[in-house]
Amino acid sequence: MISSETKKTFRLDGKEIPFREGQTVFDAAMAAGVYIPHLCHNPDFEPHSSCRLCTVIVNGRPFASCTQPAVAGQDVKSDTPELNEMRRTLTEMLFAEGNHYCPACEKSGNCRLQATAYALGLQDNQFPQFFPRREVDSSHPDIIFDRDRCILCGLCLRISRDVDKKSVFAMTDRGIGTTIVVDSPSGLLADSKVARTDEAVQHCPVGALMMKGEAYMVPIGRRRYDLRPINEDSVAEFQAREEALHG
Amino acid sequence: MWREEVPPAMDAVHAILETHERDPGELLQILIEVQHAYHYIPDAAVELVAEHLRVTRAHVRGVVGFYSFLSDRYLGEYVVYISDNITDRMQGSTGLATYLCNRLGVKLGETRADGRASVHFTSCTGMCDQGPAGIVNGLAVTRLTRQRMDVFAELINKRTPLPEWPREFFLVEDNFRRSDVMFRRPVEPGAALKAAMKRGDDEALKEIHFEEAVDPSSGLAWRRGADETLKELYRSDLRGRGGAGFKAAIKWETCRDISAPERYVVCNADEGEPGTFKDRVLLTTYADLVFEGMTICGYVVGSSRGVLYIRQEYWYLKPHLEAVLERRRTDNLLGRNILGTGFAFDIDIHWGAGAYIAGMETALIESVEGRRAKPRKRWPLPVVAGLNRRPTVVNNVETFADAAMVALKGGAWFAGHGTQHSAGTKLFCVSGDCERPGIYEYPFGVSVRELLRDCGGLDAQAVQISGPSGITISRLEFDRILAYEDLSTVGTCMIFGPQRDMFDAVRNFTQFFRHESCGLCTPCRVGTSLLSQLVEKVAAGKGSPVDVQEIERICQLLKSTAHCGLGQTVPNHLIDSLLKFRGDWDKRLVTTDFVPAFDLDAALHQARELTGRDDALAHL
Repeated sequence: MISSETKKTFRLDGKEIPFREGQTVFDAAMAAGVYIPHLCHNPDFEPHSSCRLCTVIVNGRPFASCTQPAVAGQDVKSDTPELNEMRRTLTEMLFAEGNHYCPACEKSGNCRLQATAYALGLQDNQFPQFFPRREVDSSHPDIIFDRDRCILCGLCLRISRDVDKKSVFAMTDRGIGTTIVVDSPSGLLADSKVARTDEAVQHCPVGALMMKGEAYMVPIGRRRYDLRPINEDSVAEFQAREEALHG
Repeated sequence: MWREEVPPAMDAVHAILETHERDPGELLQILIEVQHAYHYIPDAAVELVAEHLRVTRAHVRGVVGFYSFLSDRYLGEYVVYISDNITDRMQGSTGLATYLCNRLGVKLGETRADGRASVHFTSCTGMCDQGPAGIVNGLAVTRLTRQRMDVFAELINKRTPLPEWPREFFLVEDNFRRSDVMFRRPVEPGAALKAAMKRGDDEALKEIHFEEAVDPSSGLAWRRGADETLKELYRSDLRGRGGAGFKAAIKWETCRDISAPERYVVCNADEGEPGTFKDRVLLTTYADLVFEGMTICGYVVGSSRGVLYIRQEYWYLKPHLEAVLERRRTDNLLGRNILGTGFAFDIDIHWGAGAYIAGMETALIESVEGRRAKPRKRWPLPVVAGLNRRPTVVNNVETFADAAMVALKGGAWFAGHGTQHSAGTKLFCVSGDCERPGIYEYPFGVSVRELLRDCGGLDAQAVQISGPSGITISRLEFDRILAYEDLSTVGTCMIFGPQRDMFDAVRNFTQFFRHESCGLCTPCRVGTSLLSQLVEKVAAGKGSPVDVQEIERICQLLKSTAHCGLGQTVPNHLIDSLLKFRGDWDKRLVTTDFVPAFDLDAALHQARELTGRDDALAHL
């Protein structure tokens, strides 16, 4: 007899992963200490499944793990050479479509795109650069919005809408021309309702939304992902969050 | 370039907002009407619409930016779109667009300085059987020629109002070339619905009062009629005609069985797959049957609201469709008390605004709700939480028409046609290199060869089945059959004669997907651009086998990681073409060594401009 106390599990790369009812494959894996690369997802906010880095193979078919419900007994593959190669390619694509210049970027060391590229072993970029011409918005006294570095993860949209209740950001255009539009008559941040205390401007994974007046307060080399690689950092952060929420 | 000098008066916007009762869900419909009224969405209109609908202006701008037929800059008094499908190109559309631009003295995509006109390309307008085609101020134009372009230019330059233009320019023919058992002739309106209801107890039906009827579980006869109709649908084995082939009865039953205060019936008439035009014909000649299928669905699942989501390319059908709906209301086939049974059901029309992705079930629902047509997360399915997060049946136009025929003639009758796994008949949209393009109805199981023989296209070298997202078949495969078990298709058959260079189709399809990717997920947003760049590089004679390998690698990535069906099917035509029409690639792969796409001298051009240098050393 299986006792009702027995936790439900699924198999991830051969390892049994326990999960709670309603948990996603991603959440269960991270809680169990298994890193799944991701960029558009932040477990504190509604998943978006747009970056596709967290793609795993569930019972032979690919799914984004951040939105895929965990089901008892399913077979999930994540840390495979094929999937990691695809994740590297997706990361390369993000570097190619925007204007990312790590050595000159203030976000270096705190940037999830850069840190994920390192974690995946991305050595160089094979794709031709798109060199898009995107608007930089430095109108706001506290915040700089550099669309060149935006990876369209949609976190600022979701957080501004769901947490700050301001809906300062929206996406416009489509396809490769997709860009973020700011809700103000002029389209500039200075004329919008955004404030430096907004959650939406705290969670940008890259250097698209940054605070003014804080640059280089922590020297390069002593920043978050300089001290601990993102695969370890993400799991530790996730587990601390789980601990706080569920004990 | 034309510029707005004085902001236009906003009276029309106020009136439009009024008509739509300031409902934020009507945002897209409001913007479409503003676009038609002003030929762009003025900034002042964005402000006004946002204010009255209580949504952010960024949200409004986001919607304007998403759809091809909405524009934030003035497009001119006369806005001409030329259909850019491969079949249009094969009929000379590219040259015609240039010709018209020259006659008008305007650059493609730009508004003439006097604000008179602009000319643009647009994705397939669904007139492949009578192309090259286009759209002028919202209305479809067909069979374009140089002579017609001359007349266009003259009429535009003389500012002749559209109603005074020659009517034959706007003539759209059904071209229904072959009928089988389903679409012999239009069925009498109401016949299928009555048949569905009679499957319950005819006498008891009369006793149901409206109040009871609102709750379908209270009327026994009602329930029986609905249940028996659902059983017939199971017997019919009707599968979705949009291409995916999901069983209609399962979808309807699931929707019915989920506890919810409201359910919806949505008819997908987005028909954006290039080369597809059967919904156009069905909604022209069989609109009653389609609406009847939707009404029967509402009856079976317990819904009182249906939505027809239709692509704006078919805007010319608006008066016709509205008249049919109005007549059905008058005849008690729609409304609060259908056929005196107390069953309430009505249908709204929602227009698209130029977005292929909106044909995707969940993107369509987002669009009906007035937002950017962005596909939703995979779960929950629309049948569980669709429109307004309520259980929703989304079916193709042809599926609803077929469902009405099942209600009328029974499931066994329907299943008696077609093959074991593909019951019934299918409409095929035949275009390209053949003598008789148009609509052909066959029982499932017909071979490609038979279809080619009937339409006069037997010398074809290839047929693109199911559009760019489908499958390219070569002569060697003409004995394959059109059915879910072999060539599963929405019905599209674009024929390529022996004289065609199949690489031209590849270029067209790759550009199409680049234009239509919604931009949500990384692999599709960036991948469609990379694929287009690589294909253009090969077209420019700079391709090498390395580039082909790169194309194959990106294709694999899209198949495995793209968020929705659009991205996952982008690679199909490339993979097929590389496998089956390699000759048309190889003759372009002139070098065996890698050649960079980057052109150093072209890049130096800007530097030369800035420095004013043009000496030998400024060139490399």
